[in-house]
Amino acid sequence: MTAATKDRGARAAARDGRRRAGRGGVLGSAGLFAATGVAALLFLVPFYLLVRNALSTDAQITGENWEFFPTRLQWGNIGELFDDPTVPFARSLWNSAVVGVLHTVGTLLVCSLAGYGLARIPYRHADKIFYAVLVTLMVPAAVTFVPSFVLVSSLGWVDSLRGLIIPGLFSGFTCFLFRQYFLGFPKELEEAARMDGLGHWGAYWRIVVPNSLNFFAAIATITFISGWNAFLWPLVIGQDPDAWTVQVALSSYMTNQTVNFHLIFMATAISILPLVFVFLFLQRWLVQGIAQTGIKG
Amino acid sequence: MPTTTAHDVPRSAPAPAAAARPRRFRRNPSTLAFWLFTGPFLLGLLVFVYVPIGWSLWLSFFEARFTVTPDTFVGFDNYRQMLENGDFTGSLLTFTVFAALIVPLTWALSLALALLVNRLRLLRAFLRSVFFLPTACSYVAASLIWKMSIFSGVRFGLMNTVLGWFGIENTAWLADPDPPWYWLVIVTARLWLQAGFYMILFLAALQNIPPELYEAAAIDGAGPGWQSFRHITLPQLRATSTAVILLLLVAAYQAFDEFFNLLSKTTWGRPPLVELYYTALGQEQDYGAGSAGAVILTLLICGVTLLQGRFMGFGRGEDAG
Repeated sequence: MTAATKDRGARAAARDGRRRAGRGGVLGSAGLFAATGVAALLFLVPFYLLVRNALSTDAQITGENWEFFPTRLQWGNIGELFDDPTVPFARSLWNSAVVGVLHTVGTLLVCSLAGYGLARIPYRHADKIFYAVLVTLMVPAAVTFVPSFVLVSSLGWVDSLRGLIIPGLFSGFTCFLFRQYFLGFPKELEEAARMDGLGHWGAYWRIVVPNSLNFFAAIATITFISGWNAFLWPLVIGQDPDAWTVQVALSSYMTNQTVNFHLIFMATAISILPLVFVFLFLQRWLVQGIAQTGIKG
Repeated sequence: MPTTTAHDVPRSAPAPAAAARPRRFRRNPSTLAFWLFTGPFLLGLLVFVYVPIGWSLWLSFFEARFTVTPDTFVGFDNYRQMLENGDFTGSLLTFTVFAALIVPLTWALSLALALLVNRLRLLRAFLRSVFFLPTACSYVAASLIWKMSIFSGVRFGLMNTVLGWFGIENTAWLADPDPPWYWLVIVTARLWLQAGFYMILFLAALQNIPPELYEAAAIDGAGPGWQSFRHITLPQLRATSTAVILLLLVAAYQAFDEFFNLLSKTTWGRPPLVELYYTALGQEQDYGAGSAGAVILTLLICGVTLLQGRFMGFGRGEDAG
């Protein structure tokens, strides 16, 4: 960088520390834009391949020359996928939907109540109990899948929706997040509710929850995504194909003897679709949730 | 079960303590309310978190093949077996290689994307979404796209097609460990999946840097490019960087989905959780050794978490202190 541009840049930075972009000249600005554009194109390649393959025939996918995009889109692949008896794809989608929704609702209910109790209801041993919750944060759920499987199989919950959903509801981390949130909830609102004769329970449902919907939505979005995308636990629990979630079904495609590329990619595309919707319409809460939690799951 | 980890990005203002109330509440109806609110969660935590951990500890001292109610006590034999097992220790090596690749690469890429997006004025929201979109994909879906299309070992795989235009022979990306091209597949898949997520964390941190700092630096003669990045941006991002690196490390430690799906039926490239899966739930159903392995991994990850606590002040303030 020459002294002149450096000088000019320094003055620009002094004027506006945040928007220093482009002050280095049109060339720098264009370079920046080009670099970002190239990166963005690379990030979109997998989506391109997904859509292309999902709407092609196997002959087009495996053809001698690379076909950029099928001229005739094979929407019939969708019907063929759901008629395919080798992998119960429709069943797995249904399982995933049930698990995703119940996992989200259950986690939010159980963990928010506990978080509120720990944050706001005075009890002699509350801090000891809170430490007992914090200790579980040290042991990530992924490492405990062996003991969890041992327990769940003793309960006879293998291959059941119960086994898929219930053990995952009691997230110490989600409880912790709710507690932290409720600690910052304005006390005046609750006190007003108590004046009106509401107990803790009434104040919680009538005042606290309706005023916390943004936070609930953020946690719900993150919880749903991690539930929908979870693989290890559903793999362990779903020994019978009827208990597979969509992720386990996709995984089984990769090890099948017969490979029908167009069906595999159509299945993958359909499995991503619900999350693309979540992403497009709930992005605000998703970003907020990430900023608040720093995790995806 | 979500693979939620116990990590918390630094938040700006720790909330005030509410726990320290005087004892006069002892006979208060609020005790009942407390249990009404926390009871269901605590019961579930006991049954589905504490009991499995305790049971697993117990199993790890028993000969427990195909059974979860064993009666042959074997002391530390399962632990010795796991630590002498070349596959298990090898999986720790695999994790080390993986972490050495994925942690710095994701850190650098997500920071670079955040810096780029932060400076854009045109199409900023759109491009942020593009980088963020893979976050919505599952590891299984990404593995499938990577294995069946991009890094498919056959001629019509994307990489082989592109390399073919330059006259380069087909490469078996996953089916051959020598040279270990499978690392390219594994690392790029995870990079694509998680870079946008950490970019969001960096973007939030970038927007919290007070502009006055750049103004002051400019007056002191620091240029707007590398110099202010090196002396202002990077130091200001230190807390976020540390958090991101440790989050990445713990996430890499728990890697399972993409290894399991991309390298199924191979014997190489097995990280700890995949090894544990095959030990406890594979042909042998050795719950004793599997439990011992889980205990060892848990202790290791606790070490990392405590380390993180030291770096990030997790134990400070009222939360744990």
